Amino acid sequence: MSATVLETATPVHQTVRTPDPDARPVRLRAEDVSVFYGEKQALFDVSIDIPEKSVSALIGPSGCGKSTFLRCINRMNDTIEGCRVTGSILLDGESLYDPALDVVELRARIGMVFQKPNPFPKSIFENVAYGPRIHGLARNKTDLEEIVVTSLQKAGLYEEVKDRLNQPGTGLSGGQQQRLCIARAIAVGPEVILMDEPCSALDPIATAIIEELIDELRANYTIVIVTHSMQQAARVSQKTAFFHLGRLIEEGPTEEIFTNPREKRTQDYITGRIG
Amino acid sequence: MSSSPSNPSQDQASARRAVVRAGLARRHRTERAFRFAGLLAVIMALGVVASLFATILGKGLPAFQQPYITVAVTFDPEIIDVGPEPVRQAGQSDADFRAASLAWQRQLAMLNWNAIIEHSMRELVPDGLEIDTRALLSVVETSERHRVRELLVADPTLLGRTVTLDLLASANVDNWLKGSIDRSLPDARQQLTAPARQLSDQLYADGVIHMGFSWSILTNVDSRAAPASAGLAGAFMGSLYMMLVVIVLAVPIGVGSAIYLEEFAPRSRLTDLIEVNINNLAAVPSIVFGLLGAALFINYFRLPLSAPLVGGLVLTLMTLPTIIIATRAALKGVPQSLRQAALGLGASRTQMVFHHVLPMTLPSILTATIIGVAQALGETAPLLLIGMNAFVAQIPSSPIDQATALPAQIFLWQGNENRNFFEARTSAAIMVLLALMIALNAVAVFLRTRLERNK
Repeated sequence: MSATVLETATPVHQTVRTPDPDARPVRLRAEDVSVFYGEKQALFDVSIDIPEKSVSALIGPSGCGKSTFLRCINRMNDTIEGCRVTGSILLDGESLYDPALDVVELRARIGMVFQKPNPFPKSIFENVAYGPRIHGLARNKTDLEEIVVTSLQKAGLYEEVKDRLNQPGTGLSGGQQQRLCIARAIAVGPEVILMDEPCSALDPIATAIIEELIDELRANYTIVIVTHSMQQAARVSQKTAFFHLGRLIEEGPTEEIFTNPREKRTQDYITGRIG
Repeated sequence: MSSSPSNPSQDQASARRAVVRAGLARRHRTERAFRFAGLLAVIMALGVVASLFATILGKGLPAFQQPYITVAVTFDPEIIDVGPEPVRQAGQSDADFRAASLAWQRQLAMLNWNAIIEHSMRELVPDGLEIDTRALLSVVETSERHRVRELLVADPTLLGRTVTLDLLASANVDNWLKGSIDRSLPDARQQLTAPARQLSDQLYADGVIHMGFSWSILTNVDSRAAPASAGLAGAFMGSLYMMLVVIVLAVPIGVGSAIYLEEFAPRSRLTDLIEVNINNLAAVPSIVFGLLGAALFINYFRLPLSAPLVGGLVLTLMTLPTIIIATRAALKGVPQSLRQAALGLGASRTQMVFHHVLPMTLPSILTATIIGVAQALGETAPLLLIGMNAFVAQIPSSPIDQATALPAQIFLWQGNENRNFFEARTSAAIMVLLALMIALNAVAVFLRTRLERNK
């Protein structure tokens, strides 16, 4: 398809969707999600399907609502005063906003990695062991040690820190800290991992390592990543969604979005004209 | 620098530089003036603190030295004509034994112990000095006759023997020897009679009266009859009990409410109102808390007057706002990212607070608490209203016993009629109070650095 430029600013917003014939089954489904911070609406009727065991990237200029949407998925918005979410998000067909659902259990199923590495001011071991410990996932000490070691291995950090597990996690380099945070999220055994610009505070080498890691993790986890870097979205994701001014403008297979955007704003953004 | 005048942009640049340079002198002058003012303020503050300490130390340190009289005391059997302390006879009932014991004690107390002191002192009077009994006894502190009696009770074999004792000289002798009373005053305005003064001088010159460390300040309770033996032990224990009550109540309640308000309570008009009122409470004059304590704890709850428990409760009310405000400030300082990390892993709010937020703020909370407690410890006004400025001549054995507190004791001593003597005692008491404060603050600093290093 050629780069057809469509009309923008249609009165009733319609997300442009390019179906992916090779897409994996849907794990997460958002339907008409709107978010309000007090009076201000930050997100307008976002609907999107997130396929399992793949990486979905949310891109868009600052303040477009992509992080807000990400935080809806594990209900971190609940912790913000005056924040209200409408619409529904389904994980395996179950509503995440069901009043009967315990948010603590939900966050054990949907892990999150934040923009700035935020290890606890405790030892490396304690950082990873904290999640399994509060959820009672380890039966005994050896069990816990095993979980910690495998999580660190999966996060590609074990070899670097195996001799200093008792030293503070805050003493690691930025990239190592972020991998520690990933290990910490993995240790709980989540089904979905949300990543909010996980590389924005890292140097290019650390970024490359994390990107590689994300690619490996895709085999076992459903990953949703918010990123400012279009190259990163192109490199790591299979599906891309472009947000602008609180609306989901276009979504589809990453390759399609980057090579053949159907919306003018998407094209403007990926070519660097807005953002 | 070579500037060609033909180049207009360079002309502009040098003109700009000239303008900047013209203002420089003024800017530097302002900075120098400000630095000088700051330095002056610091020097003045230091000067005030230094003179405060110098005054207190200068006045208080001499109080720790008191005159003692080395004298041979004879436990004269003719004066001490009671039998030995009754021992329990076989078949004697409990009540009978107690009655006999009490009768013996009464007899012992009724003996003329003054005569024993007088006889001993009489030995020291040099030939040719006419001194009557009253004047002679005025040289020795009145409490010493009780001490002599206690010695005999503790060791009955002393009866009939002569032992050398260091008797505490009276407060008036202390004044006379240290010069806290004007030595040129006429007889009518002196506290000691002329022969007593002469005797004191003579004995001091001979070394019979010598200065020794005044343990009584630390180990004795307050005394009006025997000012030279008045001490701080009762007030110290009273303050300690109050501190205990404050720590046990104010810390958990204060830290708990701060955590609730900061981490759990929803923002609403009600919590705003509570916040404003806590801030206001911190500014309420302490005497108002004393009134509240008198009305609430003593009048309504019928708690005993002058009890460290009531004092502690009042000081708790006073300390709470300080602890709450400091704890909330500490909690506000915890980065949001730490909270998100815990919540993102599925920690409940309570787990987040107790596993991560609180450990991080512990040093600050601890420091704030100790400083709050130290402040409470130095508080006097509210104690006056709940009867803790009463004269109490015993060491409290529990928080509901009558007691006074260190600052109240200072207040009491400051108003004592024997001003000459108590001026030094008051400063000595201030030294003890300050030492306690400094010790508490040192603990705070120590714990803070310790905890911060462990982080």
